Amino acid sequence: MSKVRVLVGTRKGAFILSADGKREKWDVSGPHFAGWELYHLKGSPVDPNRIYASQSSGWFGQIVQHSNDGGKTWEAVGNKFVYDGVPGTHQWYDGTAHPWEFKRVWHLEPSLTDPDTVYAGVEDAALFLSKDGGQNWQELSGLRGHGSGPHWQPGAGGMCLHSIIQDPGNSERMFIAISAAGAFRTDDAGKTWQPINRGLNSPHIPDPTAEVGHCVHHLAMHSSRPNVLFMQKHWDVLRTDNAGDSWQEISGNLPSDFGFVIDVHAHEPETIYVVPIKSDSEHFTPDGKLRVYRSRTCGNEWEALTKGLPQADCYVNVLRDAMAVDSLDECGVYFGTTGGQVYASADAGDTWAAIVRDFPAVLSVEVQTLQ
Amino acid sequence: MIRVELPPHLRGLARISGEVQLEIPGRATPRSVLDALEARYPMLRGAIRDHVTQERRPFLRFFACGEDLSHEHLDTPLPEAVTSGKEPLLIVGAIAGG
Repeated sequence: MSKVRVLVGTRKGAFILSADGKREKWDVSGPHFAGWELYHLKGSPVDPNRIYASQSSGWFGQIVQHSNDGGKTWEAVGNKFVYDGVPGTHQWYDGTAHPWEFKRVWHLEPSLTDPDTVYAGVEDAALFLSKDGGQNWQELSGLRGHGSGPHWQPGAGGMCLHSIIQDPGNSERMFIAISAAGAFRTDDAGKTWQPINRGLNSPHIPDPTAEVGHCVHHLAMHSSRPNVLFMQKHWDVLRTDNAGDSWQEISGNLPSDFGFVIDVHAHEPETIYVVPIKSDSEHFTPDGKLRVYRSRTCGNEWEALTKGLPQADCYVNVLRDAMAVDSLDECGVYFGTTGGQVYASADAGDTWAAIVRDFPAVLSVEVQTLQ
Repeated sequence: MIRVELPPHLRGLARISGEVQLEIPGRATPRSVLDALEARYPMLRGAIRDHVTQERRPFLRFFACGEDLSHEHLDTPLPEAVTSGKEPLLIVGAIAGG
């Protein structure tokens, strides 16, 4: 019988939640790396026992761990992230030039074909690659070398590279996104990159339709339609149907077009999920109601999913890497909150239940579907 | 023999319980102690000092014999009480954050 394993990164450690295909009874393992910030954990799609974890601390810096047994045991691997060449400067919050400095790994994206190959999206924004299970890291510096790097600037959370999406049908193509620079695409396996932000409109920046400078919060793609990407931006939910050459807004009837997460149903590439958040200064759920919104039409028309979620006095956030879907026949949807709850739906969002309610603030949620 | 006390997070990372005891040839300095510590526990590389600049991470301090050695040059010999093993070298994390 199929099983699911939910990998949860929090402000104070990692947790692994396991259940059978019914997704009703959960076993909780952890905290792993207690007291450390776990920005992201993700398993290899070709070897689910290989899991990578980004562990960091303001005191002790960045650690990368990997597991070869599904998260039962861990091994610290390489943590030497050195920018290629002279890294130069990007814009600081006040518009002045600021030297590029490595701070942490926000996102680890294992290769679609090799469990020892993994990408790391880091702050200050850059993309690194390891081909030996995380022991050694090399920057794919063509991204920063695109030429627009001096104009990138940090979002409120830092200048992070947070989204990494590999095209399953084209090993040369990959998409990434940076807050606050925008989305980029490579068509030559990371050697060169182009910004793909045409159609984005950000009225809070000096040139609202600039080539770079947009605060993209997250990207999502369905593997069957690699030219269709979905984006949650600082404001606006958007879709591209041509691999980022142009974007159109699909916020439609959402109560707030601000948010962080966005994800796609495992079997219905036109069904997408977001969690609207009230901004700009509050960053919690509108009206004290925790609502996932689902569109079955690639956006524009959205329905609130509320059954099992608190609809009063709830003021949490759902951070950009804190939603995931499983690939069981009835698609499961999962998300974690800054209030420490991890919610699961075993029926594509129709009904929800909390797996746990009292974790530290949740930074990331990923799901593995196991046979 | 040099005794080194690490903060709890680094003891957990290196899977150490209690003090670390290191044999350092010649007159021990903070640099030679860190070199030996990282050689035995490679997972500590980058967690105490920067990989490239070798500078102490800003929220860590080095203490021994009631003195703050953090701002001494890394090649300054450690006190006799430390090199003799009478007193430990303390690597301390700042009390900050939540």
